[in-house]
Amino acid sequence: MLCQRCNNKEATVHLTKIVNGEKNEVFLCEECARETGQLPFAGNDPFSFQNLLSGILNPEINSYNTGIKQGDKCGTCGLSYYDFTQNGLFGCADCYETFNDRLNPLLKRIHGETVHNGKVPQRKGGHLRKKRQIKELRDEMKDAVKNENFEKAAEIRDKIKELEDNDGGE
Amino acid sequence: MSLKDIINNNVTHWISGEGPDNEIVLSSRIRLARNIEDEPYPNQASKEEKQSVSKRVIEAISSQKQLKLHYINLADMPELERDLLVEKHLISPVHAREGYEKGVFLDDNERISVMINEEDHIRIQVLTPGLQLDETWELASELDDLLERKLDFAFSEKWGYLSSCPTNVGTGLRASVMVHLPALSLTNNIGKMLTAVSKLGLTVRGIYGEGSESNGSIYQISNQVTLGHSERDIIDNLNSVSKQIIGQEKQARQYLLQEKESEVIDRIRRSFGILNFAYKISSDEAMKLISNVKLGIDMGIIDNVDKKVLSELMVLTRPAHIQKINGKELSISERDIKRSELIQTRLKM
Repeated sequence: MLCQRCNNKEATVHLTKIVNGEKNEVFLCEECARETGQLPFAGNDPFSFQNLLSGILNPEINSYNTGIKQGDKCGTCGLSYYDFTQNGLFGCADCYETFNDRLNPLLKRIHGETVHNGKVPQRKGGHLRKKRQIKELRDEMKDAVKNENFEKAAEIRDKIKELEDNDGGE
Repeated sequence: MSLKDIINNNVTHWISGEGPDNEIVLSSRIRLARNIEDEPYPNQASKEEKQSVSKRVIEAISSQKQLKLHYINLADMPELERDLLVEKHLISPVHAREGYEKGVFLDDNERISVMINEEDHIRIQVLTPGLQLDETWELASELDDLLERKLDFAFSEKWGYLSSCPTNVGTGLRASVMVHLPALSLTNNIGKMLTAVSKLGLTVRGIYGEGSESNGSIYQISNQVTLGHSERDIIDNLNSVSKQIIGQEKQARQYLLQEKESEVIDRIRRSFGILNFAYKISSDEAMKLISNVKLGIDMGIIDNVDKKVLSELMVLTRPAHIQKINGKELSISERDIKRSELIQTRLKM
């Protein structure tokens, strides 16, 4: 069978593409397949999220370098850091603790930030909720002092103290 | 059952073509990624561990009475039906593929879906018609709170909600709007829009998500970053960018009417003609023609067709829907014939 694109060379690449549930079969020669981006130049798709992530995580690792140390493993799920760099997925919540030291630069690169500033779960997040509340009250107290509203500042100070005294952690 | 009944049964809430700014925004979507604290993530879990997650989520959802949700075990569902859920955007393409212990909860009007054992244990999704991100977020957050009463979610003070993929950590929130931008396409302004949007921390994808090309000038715009910003900030940002894009698209439509009136009318009427008389139409061609005719209706060039019909057809003409409406599996060629029959019947209804 001839290549469907150039109609010149023998088709050696048979692609079955399923796009939005619709199956299409394409027969191409190797050259046309590469030209149209259907064939990656070196095995895996070099632009997959996992491969890009792998490059970010460990600049010394790239798809041509196979001499990578196996390194540390998560004690809960057994995922190694190397596995993580390969598929870009954590195995369990404890992986975040296990690979803690290496995550800040990674998260910074992905999100530009490294500290959560959003919703806090009701039951689990009691401690954090209180910390945020105290921070907000401190800001309010500063404003009160600045505006020489000392009575209000003292009230807020007592509120902060009460919150801190009750905060025995989770 | 008449065709009208069959179609009505297949149309989910968001496809209705209603909602604020519906001439440009097809739908608003909020997705939250959540995981149970002491269970391994689906990519590392055994069949038994996934079963345990399913069981715990099913119990948590069944024990609440506020929202009526029905559970579907995807393993019990034929492939065609799963594809139908993908075309309606109720489950992800990855979730429709075979695997252990995957399930989804849906409400009656298919506004809420909760995927179990997708990339994360739980993916809460709320999908509404038009631009209404605030309402959509409130409902998703309410559902999140209901589940959190029964389940301990993996959460860290520093990194927020922990997810399987580091791109979802923090809020676990993906907010997106699906927009129809034919005039920005026709005036070659899409490229500029894409550049501007990406500078504001948003990404643009085709109608069927990651890796899919834009079809019929439909784009999904969503937040890229999930850590460090509050949900409110993320939603406000997307809301204001969406309003800007709506404004730009309206201006482009004005420009087309003033400067290119005859070309645009010709293009729209030709598309309408093909939809009404073709014997075979592929799904890609249908998308393009429907997009043109929807533009014609929104601009007042075609006035004898209900505008919600075109929004509906964008989903009803997808391959799984065509087969479902005809009650059997069909070859590509058979589908193309049935697709044009469906469009023609629907346009006359």
